Amino acid sequence: MEQPNFKPTAELMLRETASQTAGPYVHIGLALDVAGLPERDDEIWNRMASDSADGERITVVGRVIDGNGDLVRDALLEAWQADGNGDYQPVYDSQANFNSFGRTATTAEGNSEWTLHTIKPGAISRADGKIMAPHINLAVFARGVNIQLQTRLYFEDESEANAQCPVLNAVESPMRRQTLIACRESDESGGTRYRLDIVLQGEGETVFFDY
Amino acid sequence: MTTQRRFVERDRNWHPPAYAPGYKTSIPRSPSQALVSLQNPSVSELTGPDFRKLRMGAHDNDLLMNFRDAEQPGLPVGERIILFGRVVDQFGKPVPHTLVEMWQANAGGRYRHKKDAYLAPLDPNFGGVGRCLTDEDGWYRFRTIKPGPYPWPNGINSWRPAHIHVSVMGPSISTRLITQMYFEGDPLIPICPIVQTLNDPEAVQTMIGRLDMARSRPMDALAWRFDLVVRGELQTWFENQ
Repeated sequence: MEQPNFKPTAELMLRETASQTAGPYVHIGLALDVAGLPERDDEIWNRMASDSADGERITVVGRVIDGNGDLVRDALLEAWQADGNGDYQPVYDSQANFNSFGRTATTAEGNSEWTLHTIKPGAISRADGKIMAPHINLAVFARGVNIQLQTRLYFEDESEANAQCPVLNAVESPMRRQTLIACRESDESGGTRYRLDIVLQGEGETVFFDY
Repeated sequence: MTTQRRFVERDRNWHPPAYAPGYKTSIPRSPSQALVSLQNPSVSELTGPDFRKLRMGAHDNDLLMNFRDAEQPGLPVGERIILFGRVVDQFGKPVPHTLVEMWQANAGGRYRHKKDAYLAPLDPNFGGVGRCLTDEDGWYRFRTIKPGPYPWPNGINSWRPAHIHVSVMGPSISTRLITQMYFEGDPLIPICPIVQTLNDPEAVQTMIGRLDMARSRPMDALAWRFDLVVRGELQTWFENQ
């Protein structure tokens, strides 16, 4: 029998505010340095680790490429990662040696690479006991992107951990898993750099997650 | 120790689809493959940055003042407004101490961005960016000028309604949201190709700021209220997930 006052919970819940594209000028709002605007005292940016941070110092770079193979020059990326021990440091503090959160952007000029200066994250145990390989969560915002695209960056030199990672293995196609794995190289001063291009559409399209 | 939560599933039919051909830039920038749903989100998705230690400048939330310096001591041109609202989750629970950021065009509809070549002038006294943290009860507040509408090269005669870009973090990276606030009553809203990326007219209503005469300041500024709803927290999850 129908209960007149019954409403499913979903109707009682408020609806989330709808997303809109961050637009072409996201840099003036969230990446002031790239936009050429005067920076404020405490900007959130891409230096996630200081020189005295524990762990292996790395640089992570890449491009964002659209379905035509063209560079996306107006993207903003947000990074969220664990420290070298696999622990998140959520309280953002510009005085801290390491922050789990960072931002970076592609640029209008040059080769339009985004860059993160950070440390290599450790592996993370999930509640079910499975171990996730070291990774960085990345979110991509840009003109033409109606709601941010969420992905993960893994490391080429962690092949054993990658093979066991439950999240990588949730991607059915082994070929598509490769779109999440950054290549290791040396930077100009002999430091470790990882490189990953994010392809929004088409051949080599990056795996994006819903969670 | 990080706090972990579970969140109500995001209704992706409520949000605009990635591929929305009326908004031309989405055509080459939308994934063609399905998103991979994480059935078992982990600490990597269920946590996020806490900005209570982020040091705000005295005028970070006051766009009438925050681009001023000794050489540019004037006030921005345009209608002075107060933009305020509350950040709550889908269960109506306030979201305290979360970072709300915003950016916008000036009164003429021009952004202070090197790629914006619209013929309206830049305002020497207006930068167009602000940020603040919500208070204990989830309230945020900015003082600014009302942005102007402007044309853009989507259709032959496409115009953006006046809007303010609003970014909110929420308690986790799972709740992260960037949207745009439109001004109640603007006739450009229903014909905007970006607004039209939404399929549901009710969803469009969630992006409309409302004139609030009770909070307006006589002989000074009109107030616009824009409440933000972020994903709802289901329950406290195990700390070691």
